[in-house]
Amino acid sequence: MHIIENGNVAAALGVKLCHANVIAAYPITPQTPLTEKLSEYVEAGEMKAEYIPVESEHSALAVCIAASSAGARSFTATSANGLLYMHEQVQWAAGARLPLVMCVVNRAVGAPWNVWNDQQDSISQRDTGWMQIYCSDHQQIIDSVIKAYWLAEKVSIPIMVCYDGYILSHTYMPFDVPDQEKVDKFLPPFRPDYALNPEDPANLNTVTLPDVRMDVKGELAHGYMEIRYLLHEEMRTSLTVAAEGEKRFADIFGRGGDPYLEPYLCDDAQYVAVGLGSMTYQLRVAVDTLRKEGVKVGVMGVRFYRPFPDEAIANALKGKKCVIVYEKALSYGYEGALASDLKSALYEHLAGTGKLPVVQNFIAGIGGRDIKTDDLTQTLRAATKSRVSIQPVWIGLKI
Amino acid sequence: MGTRNYRRKTSHSEHGPGDGGRTGSWRVERPVLNKSLCIPCKRNTEACFICWLLCPDVVISRTIPPEIDLEYCKGCGICAEECPTKAITMVDEAKFSEDDKDKE
Amino acid sequence: MNKEFIEIRWHGRGGQGAITAAKIVAGAAFVSGYSGVVMAPSFGTERRGAPVMTSLKLSREKIYDLSPIETPDIVVVLDHLLLAEADVTCGLKPGGVIVLNTPKAFESYKFKGYRLATADITAISVEAGLPHGMVNTGIIGTLAKATNLLGMDILIKGIEEEFRTRRPEKNSLAAKIAFEKTVVGG
Repeated sequence: MHIIENGNVAAALGVKLCHANVIAAYPITPQTPLTEKLSEYVEAGEMKAEYIPVESEHSALAVCIAASSAGARSFTATSANGLLYMHEQVQWAAGARLPLVMCVVNRAVGAPWNVWNDQQDSISQRDTGWMQIYCSDHQQIIDSVIKAYWLAEKVSIPIMVCYDGYILSHTYMPFDVPDQEKVDKFLPPFRPDYALNPEDPANLNTVTLPDVRMDVKGELAHGYMEIRYLLHEEMRTSLTVAAEGEKRFADIFGRGGDPYLEPYLCDDAQYVAVGLGSMTYQLRVAVDTLRKEGVKVGVMGVRFYRPFPDEAIANALKGKKCVIVYEKALSYGYEGALASDLKSALYEHLAGTGKLPVVQNFIAGIGGRDIKTDDLTQTLRAATKSRVSIQPVWIGLKI
Repeated sequence: MGTRNYRRKTSHSEHGPGDGGRTGSWRVERPVLNKSLCIPCKRNTEACFICWLLCPDVVISRTIPPEIDLEYCKGCGICAEECPTKAITMVDEAKFSEDDKDKE
Repeated sequence: MNKEFIEIRWHGRGGQGAITAAKIVAGAAFVSGYSGVVMAPSFGTERRGAPVMTSLKLSREKIYDLSPIETPDIVVVLDHLLLAEADVTCGLKPGGVIVLNTPKAFESYKFKGYRLATADITAISVEAGLPHGMVNTGIIGTLAKATNLLGMDILIKGIEEEFRTRRPEKNSLAAKIAFEKTVVGG
């Protein structure tokens, strides 16, 4: 059933369809309406969930960690400095191997204060062991929340479902709300290997030695290093599991396909723009303009940022003349995070093959500065003509 | 001509009128002072000035009579609420100059 | 006006209901063959009474570009006092339409190069039985008369659905009266 609503409502509906039963609530612009919508569903009896208002984002994630450890399907949402405030717990949840789903409604980080969109918040968490999915429209938001619970619970790794603050969270567009029956078919109830239980007590995530040791049953238990290795290894194999999930979703709901990438006119393209989130859709307009001028250009949205689909990306960009990475975040002191990761993937797979493209990096929309489609077109056109710069170029800067 | 030579590297907001724009346009009600009830006016001495003290936007002057800067007064009504002699009343903004509101 | 892709910018005040009005028009457009609709409010800190803009894009195809409208085809002004506070015709395409709620006569305005539609929606809403100041449904009637973009019947249905628990008939009546009383010209 199609409705016209904003991105926050799309996310809230996704959480409702997944029967999340613990919601930790703390407000922050621009995700607050999502959290408020969930409170309406719970109040109206449409969701049977414990709705727990907390006093900070750190506590919000702590509540989710505890609830998930006890077997509840948990949810919280945050943005920017809220995400940063819970950072310690973000690291914790990954190391604790809990299948949390958290919506991060992308917003710029302070200082200085800024409530508008960029992606520095979630990008700054890329090393934590959480998976990250970036959505480009409301259909992807609601579908990704559902896919995220399935994937997280399959591999016991938490996932951030990220979407652009204001540009998607507060903008209204039509999307299909999946049938509850179909969601129930796709997503079984949460059945963890172990859930905190007085009948079978355990102490979770205690001090773990650098080395392996014998446990009380005489078996060799992991050291810290093995536990962390498993997180990494299973995050890598999640790429395959995500593809299975994507296929299952497509079979049941009739949409979806590529779990990692969303290409547009890339097959015969010599130049490919790459990005995360709604900007990649805006780049389609720039691509269309340049195609009319005879430039063989395409754009590719990256959906999974972690685990990084390095092989898929290298295969998609193999032999292209130039890859132009547009980002709303960066690793200060070096360059755009996606550009770095992408170059690393290209190098890994294509060095010495003669098919290694040149990569250029543009930074745009920091702190919510409007990204004009015309600027995207002009910079893309320039990049197809020559190497603009080795260092990232900031679009729309007024310094 | 950009901001490269701005004197600060950070967001550093200093006091001074107008940083939030012409906030007087936010008003729905305007404070009006009745000097015959106002303590400093009646006694011609520096006394009371509670309105000046409590105005959150510092738009009332510590003078005889106190003067309200209507460019920035938002019409919050705290001065009227706190004046011990009820010398200030809040009046519907629409009652004032209908003419200069209708500019095309 | 290119009926395949239309950009409408709404000028209102925080709390006046511009978003709701745009949402109703978006919904009506969606069921009338505009499968691409995107509606975006002013992004940022909010305050009752502050001038705000809402942008509404309508297209026969899915809309991929969510960036702010630069050259609207239509501007809707929910309150004539905004003419002094916001540059409502900024970027308006030549021959574009201005939809204006004003108590003043149509003839008192001179917008060269644009079409104008006026109605005293503030008074019309009261006539329809709504509280003073609820102009966001009446203005839909004026928009319909001025642009002939969408059928009144579909818009009325949208209004009554959106306001189903809040005086639906009075709200749709405001739109109907506004439709009749709107003066279009230029």
